[in-house]
Amino acid sequence: MNILVCVKQVPDTTEIKIDPVKNTLIREGVPSIVNPFDGYALEAAARIKDKNPDTKIVVVSMGPPQATAALKECLSIAADKAYLVSGRTFGGSDTLATSYILYNAVKKIEELEGKFDAIFCGKQAIDGDTAQVGPEIAEHLGYPQVTYGLEAELDGDMLKVKKEVEEGVEIIGVKFPCLVTFTKPAWDPRYPTVKRKLAANRAEIPVLGDDAFPDIDTSRIGLKGSPTNVKKTFVPQRKTGGVKIQESDGRASAQKLFELLSGASII
Amino acid sequence: MEAKTKDLWVFVETNEDGTAKNVGIELLTPGKMMAAKQGGQLVAVVIGSGVDEAVKAANEHGADKIIVVDGPEFKHYTTDAYAIALVSLVEKYGPTSMMIGATNNGRDLGPRVSCRLNTGLTADCTALDVDDETGNVAWTRPAFGGNLMATIICPNHRPQIGTVRPGVFKKSNAVEGKAEIVKEDIHVADDQIRTQVLEIIKDMGGENVDLEGAEIIVSGGRGVGGPEGFEPIKALAKELGATVGASRAAVDAGWIAHAHQVGQTGKTVGPKLYIACGISGAIQHIAGMSSSDVIVAINKDPDAPIFDVADYGIVGNLFEVLPVLTEEIKKARG
Amino acid sequence: MNFHFNEEEQEILDMLHDFCLKEVAPKAAEVDEQERFPEETWHKLADMGMMGVPFAEEYGGAGLTYLNYIGICEELAKHCATTSVMVSAHTSLCCWPISQYGTEEQKQKYLSKLCTGEWLGAFGLTEPGAGTDAAMQKTIAEDKGDHWLLNGSKIFITNAGYANVFVVFAMTDKSLGTKGISAFIVEKDFPGFKVGSHEKKMGIRGSSTCELVFEDCVVPKENLLGELNKGFKVAMTTLDGGRIGIAAQALGIAQASIDECVKYTKERIQFGRRISQFQNTQFQLADMQAKVDAARLLVYRAAQAKQDHEPHSHLAAMAKLVASETASDVTRRTLQLTGGYGYTREYPFERMMRDAKITEIYEGTSEVQRMVISGWMGVK
Repeated sequence: MNILVCVKQVPDTTEIKIDPVKNTLIREGVPSIVNPFDGYALEAAARIKDKNPDTKIVVVSMGPPQATAALKECLSIAADKAYLVSGRTFGGSDTLATSYILYNAVKKIEELEGKFDAIFCGKQAIDGDTAQVGPEIAEHLGYPQVTYGLEAELDGDMLKVKKEVEEGVEIIGVKFPCLVTFTKPAWDPRYPTVKRKLAANRAEIPVLGDDAFPDIDTSRIGLKGSPTNVKKTFVPQRKTGGVKIQESDGRASAQKLFELLSGASII
Repeated sequence: MEAKTKDLWVFVETNEDGTAKNVGIELLTPGKMMAAKQGGQLVAVVIGSGVDEAVKAANEHGADKIIVVDGPEFKHYTTDAYAIALVSLVEKYGPTSMMIGATNNGRDLGPRVSCRLNTGLTADCTALDVDDETGNVAWTRPAFGGNLMATIICPNHRPQIGTVRPGVFKKSNAVEGKAEIVKEDIHVADDQIRTQVLEIIKDMGGENVDLEGAEIIVSGGRGVGGPEGFEPIKALAKELGATVGASRAAVDAGWIAHAHQVGQTGKTVGPKLYIACGISGAIQHIAGMSSSDVIVAINKDPDAPIFDVADYGIVGNLFEVLPVLTEEIKKARG
Repeated sequence: MNFHFNEEEQEILDMLHDFCLKEVAPKAAEVDEQERFPEETWHKLADMGMMGVPFAEEYGGAGLTYLNYIGICEELAKHCATTSVMVSAHTSLCCWPISQYGTEEQKQKYLSKLCTGEWLGAFGLTEPGAGTDAAMQKTIAEDKGDHWLLNGSKIFITNAGYANVFVVFAMTDKSLGTKGISAFIVEKDFPGFKVGSHEKKMGIRGSSTCELVFEDCVVPKENLLGELNKGFKVAMTTLDGGRIGIAAQALGIAQASIDECVKYTKERIQFGRRISQFQNTQFQLADMQAKVDAARLLVYRAAQAKQDHEPHSHLAAMAKLVASETASDVTRRTLQLTGGYGYTREYPFERMMRDAKITEIYEGTSEVQRMVISGWMGVK
């Protein structure tokens, strides 16, 4: 079993604050982390490896050179090998262009690591929240996809994926090769180990740069190759003027609230 | 591809019983305005099995034209069958824009379809506009966990596609439908569908967690203190016929299942009434519930950011407030 | 003189820091309140490779430096003093003497399971009548030819309720005093061995502190640790290392208490100002931080000396004396700065004050440390 996990290094959006004067995002000092959903994808792969020790887990990330930190973290948790896709011509890519570059990267890495039976991604990245790159990679590759995966296990020639749906969960069977995106499962991902951490520090991470894909269609990558572009960004307005209720005790406050809500025919 | 028409499409997702999911009908509301600005028709695309009810709903809520694909292979959503059907429709009719509800299935389908059509997709939009001159849709969506809004355009590719969050727009009032209804005979062979549903497990405990369709949501956060702290919340929800929600802090602590999570990494909701109990109001949470009609917040901390978005804010102990509120509602309803 | 962590050591500490924020800190109050041993944290730390930090990889250790291990004790103590002493009693007091004095067979059999964290270790020296006066051992080990027979009891044994392996001291020749003490490796299932009930303590309340009872306890011949009648040296050299771990625990408690106090004083408003704006607050906190940093240098110096196999008995004693008294002083002062709120269990200050006190007592009281230091100075 050969699994590729796609990861993205993202700012920890829970640490992002707004500059109240300039009304812009304060990005300085915000730590970079492995996108949590990608962490769940890595954990899903690691759980397959727990049961099938001959599994190989390769991680790939597209981003600036600093994204090697995210890849090293994956190595210290469960990955066996890591590749960074990083080049100036890739910058400014939207999801479609990004997925096209990653599709090329999959093909390239397969030349080195053998064909992947499954590609695991996070359901979305917490900075962009688009949930597009995974399915788009699947489309480029012509693979079937399962999104919102919680867990995955091998069952003969098929992958059984527990998928979160609005009404509960479904068990989906999909043949290899396939792509699965993962959401937050009931369990926590494992922690890195000291041994893996030390090995990850010493690991060489090959970089697939601008010239790594000679056959790539350059009109489909970067800012120019992206069908969508950002027209403007702004900090959302907050509404004001709510009613504050602070009576002498909880009972009185509750009664006041009830009067207001029923008075306004809300309940 | 080039657009063949100036039409704007709304993909109306269906349930297995052939009714429409709310979001598809909701999207007809902004769709009307956008189609007018683009100078084309508002077209609802209904795919499913036995979908008369969904077609009726689309007709009553403003579609000028409805394209229907009806077949047993579309009863249960699959990426493969739906992508094949939708792509072939787009290729045949060439709309200039298309909107899809940002449900789990919509977010599964959207990128698959846009990629096959080699066009742009903007996900999870919460505001929409159209540039009169170019017909470009200005797709506005939250990023960085709701800290930042971005307006995206797709100027040179058609159709321009966006997924739009449920609950952001309201259904229009039903009127008598006059839409032209076109049935398209599209079928997908079994072997083209590469995933199979082996088992369906409804939510453990039979609890209803349809947050997106809920009219009232009562949510708990870190302030509930533990799994047992959700009891007064559940009691109030039961009395109101509401769905129980939760903040990420409560879910991360393992007090309640992730299916209940409202916010950036959970569900985006837009109920008539949202009651936030012991939720401080991290931006990630507010991003997921700020389009609720009425927001009530109960929190001990008078400076909690949740009060900034609340219509009614109680500064107090939720364990004192909730039982009394539940009791009052029970009394009033006899 | 170079007492800082290199890049690799710092990365290990950062990794532990992330773990502590998710797994240790959120449980600290509950572990204290319920007097609950954080067993699950032991297993998770074992999975990470944190239960045998300074030992060779061939025995399942992480092969990291001693300084790194001390940094780990400090980091754990910042979040939960109970968790810190669980790791340091296991590592310093059980793994270390086996790695130092054990035979190859003993290392294969015990150290490899201890270092991977599959087993938890403990150390039994203190007796009802032999605390600071450790030489007054009443536990007896009789040579029965093909085995040892142990009789007696030990008290206040850290990790006792959960440990699989105990390094235990007993008199093998009463006539020789301290020169008649030997060390043994005792497994929890040895016949005649029993662990008593949990002591209810002022601080580190989650730590499993119990009595050990030996009633004709049968210990195999090969479980003698080190040479016959050389056990007192095993105990003393083990405690020299253990004290650095406890000193690091004290540092962690003190630093966390300052950090929490800084946060509090920046939020709390009195007389229309944040209390951090009052000069008394600023000066108090500055004094505390300077004292903690001074203690930290002593602790790291002792760790460095031990790592370099230099004499460190007196250095460890100084480090523990200063760090533990600093921790008690700092936690008392932060509680004063945080006032009524600090006194409630809503905040961690009172817990940290209770936890700090034990560092002046166990693995040698402050008075013992003074004895060691003055002895080294030749003040007789």
